[in-house]
This record gives sequence, structure tokens and C-alpha cells, in this order.
Amino acid sequence: MPPRFDAPPLDCASHPPVDLVIRGARLLDPRAGLDGVADIVIRGGEIAEITEGANAPDGAEVVDAGDLTAVPAFVDPHVHLRTPGREDEEDIDSGTRAAAAGGFCAILAQPNTDPVVDNASILAALRERARREARIPTGFMAAVTVGQDGEALTEMAELADLGAAGFTDDGRPVARAGILRQALQYQKLAGRLIALHEEDPSLSGHGVMHEGAVAALLGMAGIPSISESTMIARDAQIALYEDAAIHIQHLSARESVEAIERAKDAGVAITCEASPHHLCLTDEAVRSLDAGFKMNPPLRSADDRQALVDGLRSGAIDCVATDHAPHAREEKEQPFEVAPMGVTGLETSFAALHTDLVEPGVLDLGTVVERMTAGGAPFGLPVPTLAAGQPANVTLLDLAATWQVGEPGYESRSANCAFDGRRMTGRVRMTIAAGAVAYRERSWAIGAVPA
Amino acid sequence: MRKNLISIDDLTRADIDRILALAASFAEVSGREIKKVPTLRGRTVINLFYEASTRTSSSFELAAKRLSADLVSVKSVGSSVDKGESLKDTVLTLSAYDPAAVVIRSPHAGAAGLVARWTTASVINAGDGKHEHPTQALLDVYTLWRRLGTLDGLNLWIVGDVLHSRVARSCVLAFTRMGAEVTVCGPPTLIPREFEQLGCRVAYSLDDAGEADVLYALRMQRERMAGAYVPSLREYAANYQIDGRRLGAGQLLMHPGPVNRGVELASEVIDSPQALITQQVESGVVVRMAVLYELLAGSGAPAPADAEPAPAPIGAA
Repeated sequence: MPPRFDAPPLDCASHPPVDLVIRGARLLDPRAGLDGVADIVIRGGEIAEITEGANAPDGAEVVDAGDLTAVPAFVDPHVHLRTPGREDEEDIDSGTRAAAAGGFCAILAQPNTDPVVDNASILAALRERARREARIPTGFMAAVTVGQDGEALTEMAELADLGAAGFTDDGRPVARAGILRQALQYQKLAGRLIALHEEDPSLSGHGVMHEGAVAALLGMAGIPSISESTMIARDAQIALYEDAAIHIQHLSARESVEAIERAKDAGVAITCEASPHHLCLTDEAVRSLDAGFKMNPPLRSADDRQALVDGLRSGAIDCVATDHAPHAREEKEQPFEVAPMGVTGLETSFAALHTDLVEPGVLDLGTVVERMTAGGAPFGLPVPTLAAGQPANVTLLDLAATWQVGEPGYESRSANCAFDGRRMTGRVRMTIAAGAVAYRERSWAIGAVPA
Repeated sequence: MRKNLISIDDLTRADIDRILALAASFAEVSGREIKKVPTLRGRTVINLFYEASTRTSSSFELAAKRLSADLVSVKSVGSSVDKGESLKDTVLTLSAYDPAAVVIRSPHAGAAGLVARWTTASVINAGDGKHEHPTQALLDVYTLWRRLGTLDGLNLWIVGDVLHSRVARSCVLAFTRMGAEVTVCGPPTLIPREFEQLGCRVAYSLDDAGEADVLYALRMQRERMAGAYVPSLREYAANYQIDGRRLGAGQLLMHPGPVNRGVELASEVIDSPQALITQQVESGVVVRMAVLYELLAGSGAPAPADAEPAPAPIGAA
């Protein structure tokens, strides 16, 4: 399916384009039909050639990558950079460094900041700041409704002109069908994708976790799966009726995957994402009452998790998105019901999927790489690929490296990672984003220096 | 036995049996003129209550005092909690007094578990949100055990607002662990989805409640009306109130208190000899003494009934 939208602008601090040879890595780019050992020659930030026994150009750094796997760098359409408003939790610098450490070459930041990104001046200020601070190309989404209050549309056309990458009220649903319908009508003018956090507030109520056996045991108010799936079904029908495109954020339930499949079968222009924590964890983790497992949508049952994994494999779920949501330590160190919702995930996304899904043989590595690189496509962003003539967006993975999450610290300003303390296999060693080196893992980089 | 009592799930049947026996020996001490034993002399117990409570807080206070512990009671109103101090900072502050035990009541599930992470003292859950209230369940088990000798094979019905009841959760776990068969019964809006996975049956009407040996009624809170869980207290009472007509001749009646007369229970059954409600309150002190003893004095300490009574204060009669 050709992209429906023009590529939105991404912003990044200027970094020198790199001259580099990645020697001897296994190159894996399923979309390009690439899986084999070769050298990647990067010249002036562009992939000059992919060949065997390449000669390093003068002055080019040579990375001996004999034990590593080179893949197209990942794209995350769902990141909370907490700027403006909560720079103590994350800022553009720290959030994009975390993304680079996770192997990402582009991210889209969500607009539920304080104040909300719902007007031109806030968007312009953010873009300017990203041009000074961002380690990797960053796009900014704007709100669908003013203040994300679900009442009045933002000036979507102007925001799109000024570079909004898409629109979302993420953190909240667009609860009223009539407002969503108007936003989707207006999409014809704004020319950007509308991404939706699906939740019927009258069903989710004061819920703090998945409604099921664990919630029954813990006595905590549940968020039923149908609070998500009924809204997806509703919004898919509105999108079809208005011939508009929608992207469903952070799918969590089996019923939701089924609603997506039905919508796709019916010809709705609908895409969706799932997060590593929903793909790897279940509500069993909440038995610990650790607020580190509290997020919205909540971790659901093993059956829901299975449906998400199957959906990711089949392509019903188009891409992986982290929903990276930093929170201050003192806010998470509260009883589960009071602690805020959200977990960080940029730095663990690949390792989590590799450890919990690829290593046990549930998904193959190629599928994970495809879904982790696909997150920008619904918004019109190019999909990174390992091919001559393309900008260098390359992530070097050490699939054998084991590490403990959080042990080396986090690039993110916040440590509320759902996988904190877990031992994982698979580590990002280096990220090249838009032709510049955005990240090198420290111990590996030191070890790589010739004696 | 472990250091903390957070959930009934922490206890084996043998643990509960030991607490029952301890409570029985404390009941004997309570029959004496001087009800104190010196077991916890010089040790500090902190009662940290973030919710209004009469019987739980007073019975924990009495239990600690009868074990000769020094007692500090902190209520959320009028304390640093009122000034916005976080739970963690409050616990760290109080831990500086080197308490042997912290008894915590909180409106939030998991609060007791969190406190246990932040203090080296033993932590006793005196109710955390709608999660658990383990000492209530233990005193209910004790009350039945004193009356019947065993809970094995007992048929127990827990009736009412199960959704919002920490007592229901702890009781299902404790009663089933002691060999009873438990049915929870209430309006479908007030029974959590998949509740049967706790190991009980679920019923939506009292039609078959005649089979029960014990009817355990839960408090029906008036504020639930606002959440539209039931259309009216009148309709609730019509379907679930235990009255003289519904309470069979051989059945026992329990309630964790405080009772809403005329809502979940009719006055005639509260005052009937089949009701164990007063005995439940009496059990509260000795069971909480047993829990404090079990967690703090450990298995090496002398059995309480053998211990010397504390010396009478100078000047006492």
C-alpha cells in the first residue's frame, strides 16, 4: 500500500555525516530480501555500497562487526518526551539519547505535555529545541482537540503546515464520536494521520489494571478489554465512512486484534501498533503490586498477549511502538492504585522482544526487525533499509550479549522500566541515524579500540 | 513463619493452626485479672492508620499493650501525612524509632507490601484498599474454630458487596485454606469477574443458601449507590438481606462490622443467639496478640500462657 501521507519533517541537531565501514556483519533486512555476511560502506552519511571485502575509503573508521548483526535502524511512532512541563522526567536530549541507545533512528513524540502541543507556538518551540538537542530525527505530534479535552478541534491545518507529524490525544481517547468524525473529515485538509488511544471511559472507569482474575484477587478496579475493542470498532466504522486513515495506538487485547482484523478485511485504512511490554508481559506481573507494571492500557492476560504476538506475526499489527512514558521515581514509589500510568521502554524494546519472543522461537528475528522498523510508515515516513544510495540508518546488534536491565544505568532521565532488573539477551552496540553515529555502547566501543 | 503478615496467602494451614492455638492461650490470659504478659516489653509497635477505623485500630492497640509493648498510634488526620508527606517518607521517619512492628491500614492495595520494603520492622496489614484484611479473616477463623472445633467441610456463604470488600478476599482465602467450602453471593455488579479463581463458587441469589452452615454478611456501603452498582438499597435488601426468614434454624451468622441494620441484616438476626458478631469482636484482641507474638516473639519464646504475668504497677491494688 503506497503511503497515504507526505513525509512529515523530522528535526535533529546537526551531527557530522560519517564515513564508516562496517566489516563482516551479518546483514539482515527482510524487506530488502537481505540476509548474509557483507560489508557496509558508508560515505558522507549515505550507504555507498554493500559488498564483500570492501576497501575502506581514506579516513573512514572501520568497525569490526564480525560477531554482530546489522539491521535497518528502528522507528518508534510513540514516545513521550515530557517536554515541555516535566523536564525532570525526560527532555529532548535525554529521550533521544535513550532512543539512540535502543537502536532507533527516528521517533515521534506525543503531544500530551504540559502545556499540550495544541497550537503553533508550542510546536514551533519544540521543533527549534529539537534542532539544538535531538540526537536522532524527531517528529512532533499535535493534539486532535484543544487541551486534549475532547471538545474542540485544534487548528490542524496550520499545525500540519508547521510540521506536526500527525495528530493524537494520546493518554486519552477522543471519547465523542462526533468530534472524531469532524477530525477525520478535517484530515482531508490537514493531510496527516490521526492516531488514537482507544478507551471508553464509561467502561474503564477508575480501573487501574486489566479486569480479570488477578484484579479480582487484588481487589483493584479493572479496565475491561472491551473498553478498548469497542472503541476500535466504532472508530474504524467512522474512518471507513469518511474515507479517512487512522492508526490505533498501543493495542492490548485479543478483542482489539480481532476488531483490527475485521476492519482491515472491510477495507478500512487502519494501522496499529503494539508495545514490547504488552507483547512480553501479562497481568500476572501485577500480582507483585509493583507500580512498575502500571500503564494504560494495562498488561492483560496470557491469552491477550498470545493474540498480540500472533497479530504481530501475521501483520494484523503493523509495527512495534514503545509508548516510552517516563515518570519520576517518587511518583512510582506509591501504592499501585495511586501511582501514575506508564513505563519507559526505548532502551529495552529490542532486547525484550529478542529475549522473550525470538530466543524461545516464537517469532523470527526478521519479523521483529520488520515490525520495529515499520513504525513511521503509516505517518508517511520512509522505512529505513540497507541499500546503496539510502541514508545510513543502521543498528548493530550483538545477539549473544547478555545484560541486566538498569545495571549500566539508563540514558533516559527516568528508570521506571517494566523490565528493570531482568536479564536479557541481545544488545544494541551502535546506532547510526540519518548518516551520523548517534550511539555507541560504552564497553563495546572501548573494547573495539585497537591496542 | 515469616516476618510480615501482608496476605492470607502468606500463611500455610500449619501457620494458621499455630495462631489459633496461640490466640486460645491468650484468651486464657484475658480471663485473668491482670491481662498483661511481658512478652514484648521494651519493644515498640507503631499503628499507622490512613483510614478511619474503630475496631481494628483499638484491638491492635489493646493487643500491643497486653503484650507490654510500647505503642505509638499515628492517624493520617493531624499528622505529617496531612501535610503531604509521602508514605515512604513517613515510614522512613517512623522507622528511625526502631519499631519491632508497623501495623498499617491504607485505602490503597499493596500499601502494606510497600511499607515492608522500606522498614526492617515486621509489617502487619490491617487492611489495604480492597485487597486484603488478613487479621480480620484470622479472627473469623478463630471465632468459628472456637465454636465448632474445625472448619473442615464447613459450608460457608459470604453475602454482599464482594467487589469492594477486602474482608471477602481474605476470608475466602482463609476459610478455604482451613478446609471449608465457600460460596460468594451478591448482585452481579458487585462480584468481580473471574472471582471463582480464588477457589470459591459464585452465586447471584440466596435461593440455595439453605445449604450453608454459616452465612457471613458483608457491609453494604451506602456510597455504592452513587456508582449505580445497585438501583436502590431497598432492592438490595429485598434480594440479599439476611432476615429471620432467610436465616435457617441451624445456621450461624457472622458480620465483620459495622453493621447497617435493616440493609444487609435485619435487626432480629443480629440479636439472635445464632449471631457470632460480638464473639468476632472479642476474638479481635486475642488473635491480634497471637499475630504480634508469632511475628515478633518467634518460636523460641515461651508459650504465652506459661509466661509470668507482668508485675502489677506500684500502687495498684
